[in-house]
Amino acid sequence: MNLETIKSEIEANVPGCRLLIVPNNSPSGQHSLLIDRETALTVARFLRDAAHLRFDYCSNVTGIDWPGKEITEKVKVKKTLDGVEQEVEEIQKTQSAGHLEAVYHLYSMEKKHGPVILRMRTEDRADRIHLPSLTPIWRSAEFQEREIFDLYGIVFDGHPDLRRLLMWDGFEDHPMRRDYVEPDDYEYEPTPHDAVLQRARQHLSEAGGR
Amino acid sequence: MDEKLKAELGKQGIFATTLQELYNWGRKNSLWPLNFGLACCAIEMIATTMARYDLARFGAEVFRPSPRQADLMIVAGTITKKMAPQVVRLYNQMAEPKYVISMGACAISGGPFKQGYNVLKGIDRYIPVDVYIPGCPPRPEALIDAFITLQKQIDEQPLTGAGRPRHLNADAPSEFVVPQFGAHDLEPPQNPGVWRPPLVNISPAGKNESGND
Repeated sequence: MNLETIKSEIEANVPGCRLLIVPNNSPSGQHSLLIDRETALTVARFLRDAAHLRFDYCSNVTGIDWPGKEITEKVKVKKTLDGVEQEVEEIQKTQSAGHLEAVYHLYSMEKKHGPVILRMRTEDRADRIHLPSLTPIWRSAEFQEREIFDLYGIVFDGHPDLRRLLMWDGFEDHPMRRDYVEPDDYEYEPTPHDAVLQRARQHLSEAGGR
Repeated sequence: MDEKLKAELGKQGIFATTLQELYNWGRKNSLWPLNFGLACCAIEMIATTMARYDLARFGAEVFRPSPRQADLMIVAGTITKKMAPQVVRLYNQMAEPKYVISMGACAISGGPFKQGYNVLKGIDRYIPVDVYIPGCPPRPEALIDAFITLQKQIDEQPLTGAGRPRHLNADAPSEFVVPQFGAHDLEPPQNPGVWRPPLVNISPAGKNESGND
C-alpha cells in the first residue's frame, strides 16, 4: 500500500482535509501522514471503513514532545544612526512554540496490510493542547490515549474516560515531556556521572561535606 | 543458666529454659508472611513456598491474606509511588511483633528503575526493614537465607534493656507516617525518623570512597 495513493484517496473522499506526508529517511522508510485536527475523525473513519483499505486495527498510539527551538534570523531593520536613516542587518532570536504529537499505527487484519502511520499535532505545548480522540474509531486507542494524556498532557476531546493512567489524580506534571523536572529523590549511584554526579556533590555540600 | 548444666539436666530428662528463650523460640518459628506481592520478585516468593523449596520447613507455611493475622511483610518487587501509601498502610495494620524483609534490588533502592519518575527508591524510606536481600530477582534460596537470618535476629533479641524488640518498648513507634499524593511527589518524600539520605563522598577519578552518614 503506497502512502501517496492513500493520501490522494483520502483527499478525494474527505473534503477540506489538509494532509502532509512526513518523510522518514531511515532504511525502514516508514513515511507517515500528518492529518489536521478538524477532519481527523472523518479521515480515520474513512481509513477504517473504506472497503479496500479496512484499517481495522490500531496497534499503537504514542506521544512525542517537540520542544520549542530557538530560531536565529538575519533581519534588515531601518534605524537612524547619527541622524541618517540606514538599513542595518540584525540577528533576531525568536522562540518557536513547539508542539506535542500523537502517532497512531494502523494495520488491517482483514486485508493483511499496514502499517499506516498517522500523526496529529497540537498548536503548542502550553494551553492549546487539544486533539480529537480517535477512540470512537479504534477502541484500542483508549488506554494509550489516556497514557499520552498522563505523560505528555495532550487533551483528547471526545475520549470517553480521560483520566490519568499511571500517575495519581493530583499529580500536576507530565513526566515524559522534555522539560520535566523530577523531584530530587535519589541520592547515590555506585558509578555516578553527569547529572547524577552533580547531584551527589550537591547533596554532600548541602550537608556540609568533607 | 549454665549451658553445661542445662545439657546435663537434659540427659537426665529434665528440660530447663528461660522465659526469653521460650518467647523467642515461639516468635521465630511462627513467622506468618503477608500474602502480598508487587512485581516479579513475588513470583520467586511464590516459588519459595511451593514444594521444591518449601518455606514451610521454617515455620512460614501460612501466607495470611489479612495484615491483622500476619507477622512478616515480604516487600517483593518494585514499589511505585502510587503503591507506596498502600504498602505503608498495610504495614501499619499489622499487629506487633512485625518484621519486614526487603526483597530484591527494587525494594531496596529502586533497582533498575532508580531514576524513574514513578518509582519509590526503596521501601526503607517509610518503614523499618529487618533484612535486605539483593538480587534481581533473588533466588528462592536467598529468600530462605533471609528468613533464617531473621530467625537468628529474633533469637538473639533480649526481652529487656536497650536492645529489646520494638513491641516491648512503649516509646518506640508501631505505626509510621503514610505518604500522601502530592502535586509533584509523595508527601513527605521520606520518613526522617526511619531513613536519611546516605552521604557518599565521590571523587571523579574513579577512587570512590564510601563515606558515612
